[in-house]
Amino acid sequence: MALDTDTVRRIARLARLHIPDADLEPLAGELSNIIGWVEQLAEVDTDGVAPMTSVVETTPHLRDDVVNDGGYPDRVLANAPDAEGEFFAVPKVIE
Amino acid sequence: MTDTAPDHLSGHVTTRIGHNQKDLVEGATGPWEVIIGLEVHAQVTSEAKLFSGAATAFGAEPNTQVSLVDAAMPGMLPVINRECARQAIRTGLGLGAQINLRSVFDRKNYFYPDLPQGYQISQFTQPIVGEGRITVDLPDGESFEVGIERLHLEQDAGKSIHDQHPQKTFIDLNRSGVALMEIVSKPDIRSGEEAAAYLGKLRSILRYLGTCDGDMSQGSMRADVNVSVRRPGEDLGTRAEIKNVNSLRFVRQAVDYEVRRQIELIEDGGEVDQETRLFDANRGETRSMRSKEEAHDYRYFPDPDLLPLEFDQAFVDALAADLPELPDAKKARFIDDYGLSSYDAGVLVAERETAEYFEAVIDPAGAKRDAKLAANWVTAELFGRLNNADKDITESPVAAVQLGGLIDLIADDTISGRIAKDVFAEMFDSGQEAAAIVEEKGLKQITDTGAIESVIDQLIADNPDQADQYRQGNTKVAGWFTGQAMKATQGQANPQMVNQILKDKLGG
Repeated sequence: MALDTDTVRRIARLARLHIPDADLEPLAGELSNIIGWVEQLAEVDTDGVAPMTSVVETTPHLRDDVVNDGGYPDRVLANAPDAEGEFFAVPKVIE
Repeated sequence: MTDTAPDHLSGHVTTRIGHNQKDLVEGATGPWEVIIGLEVHAQVTSEAKLFSGAATAFGAEPNTQVSLVDAAMPGMLPVINRECARQAIRTGLGLGAQINLRSVFDRKNYFYPDLPQGYQISQFTQPIVGEGRITVDLPDGESFEVGIERLHLEQDAGKSIHDQHPQKTFIDLNRSGVALMEIVSKPDIRSGEEAAAYLGKLRSILRYLGTCDGDMSQGSMRADVNVSVRRPGEDLGTRAEIKNVNSLRFVRQAVDYEVRRQIELIEDGGEVDQETRLFDANRGETRSMRSKEEAHDYRYFPDPDLLPLEFDQAFVDALAADLPELPDAKKARFIDDYGLSSYDAGVLVAERETAEYFEAVIDPAGAKRDAKLAANWVTAELFGRLNNADKDITESPVAAVQLGGLIDLIADDTISGRIAKDVFAEMFDSGQEAAAIVEEKGLKQITDTGAIESVIDQLIADNPDQADQYRQGNTKVAGWFTGQAMKATQGQANPQMVNQILKDKLGG
């Protein structure tokens, strides 16, 4: 499958990536190559095989309903570019 | 029907066929049918979050109930809280729904400052609960059924606070990662009243199950309401989605406003936009929230950090066997066992706490008091006073057993129903036992024939004119005599006895 530049522009935007127009064409080529490579998997006959979300034949580890984490707002906020009191602060967003 | 196949992002197929003439809304150019579906977000009752060990309690200091998982720090991995899954299954059972023994968590991708992961972990194609159905009662005694499309588990986002700073939005991640059940109805709802009644019934079921506290003022339950209108029998119209409506009253108001808006828009030659709107409770109107941004494209895919959730049927069966009696079953039992009207039974079972209080009043295990009398006392006197005092039934100053004691005094003619109301008022204020108040204030009903006779003899002697009128068949005067006799005994004479003695004495 080949991606066109409009699709690349759209998915870059969805990922909040700024791609200069000049880079769109080469990136479309690179992404198309990656998809083409992965598409080789389509050659495997999967008739009658339910789509898998994991190849591990196991059930997930579940946690008990116990509070054993949290209570460290300083650590949570340590890497925040901006904070006010115990809040994260971001540029104003109002819909 | 030309509706598309079920898909929780586009229109669902209604399971309610045909329309009720009374549900149609009259426009300028003819009648319209209203089609409503609700997506309700209900916070799962649990100690810890869906994928982390941080606490879920409401009202904590900002960012104090946040783990590094909830803050989406690199390398952190989600681990499913068993209890949240168990609660979702119990809820599904309570909704009469299919339980999916295998369900899958997906990532719903979007960017917003209160969503630190850049995606919400939700369930898309394989939710934990599939189709179900509930019965909803309306205040007029009618009932209707609403199909449940699905219930899935997902994370809540954090909270954005816009009014604390002129240029900044503040973010509190305490809610981030709290488990939500999104319960999606089929578009089987036809009016604002029905939408509110559906939400009320859902809330009642969840509270009975103990899977969500249903506290809408704290955001534990909130509804996205999808509304469209069409000519009866024609294809579905374009729907608008009203986001985050947080009370039954607002749901009704929002729908009523939105229906009117859409009808007027179409009748004026316009078209309804498929868009997200918000309900402004102050103005009682819905407003478009659409920003200039392109339509959302969530690019769902299975979360590679989480294996599918699997249970065996025995686990589900054990949960089913252990469910509490739910409102419909309780209502039927109240009607069958206690002879209550459908209306009274419905009022008493709406809240589990009220039903429990009522049953404690009539004491089914022991004395088994008059259930209809008890129902009247609970729904009229007790509700009235609780309402005035802004208390709920769990805060009632009169315990159920105390109200039972009062009812005993009425039943054995110790006090009249009228005196009982005064005694109840006193009980409500002081928390004292009924018998103690009656004793202390000397409120015992006078059932001594001789005592009542002497009061009436005196009345007749003092009021010969009225007595004559009575003898000539003036029934109004009979009432006057009764009133005077009750007054003379401070309301303590047994009214039936007063009437009988009056009749005997005046030869009525």
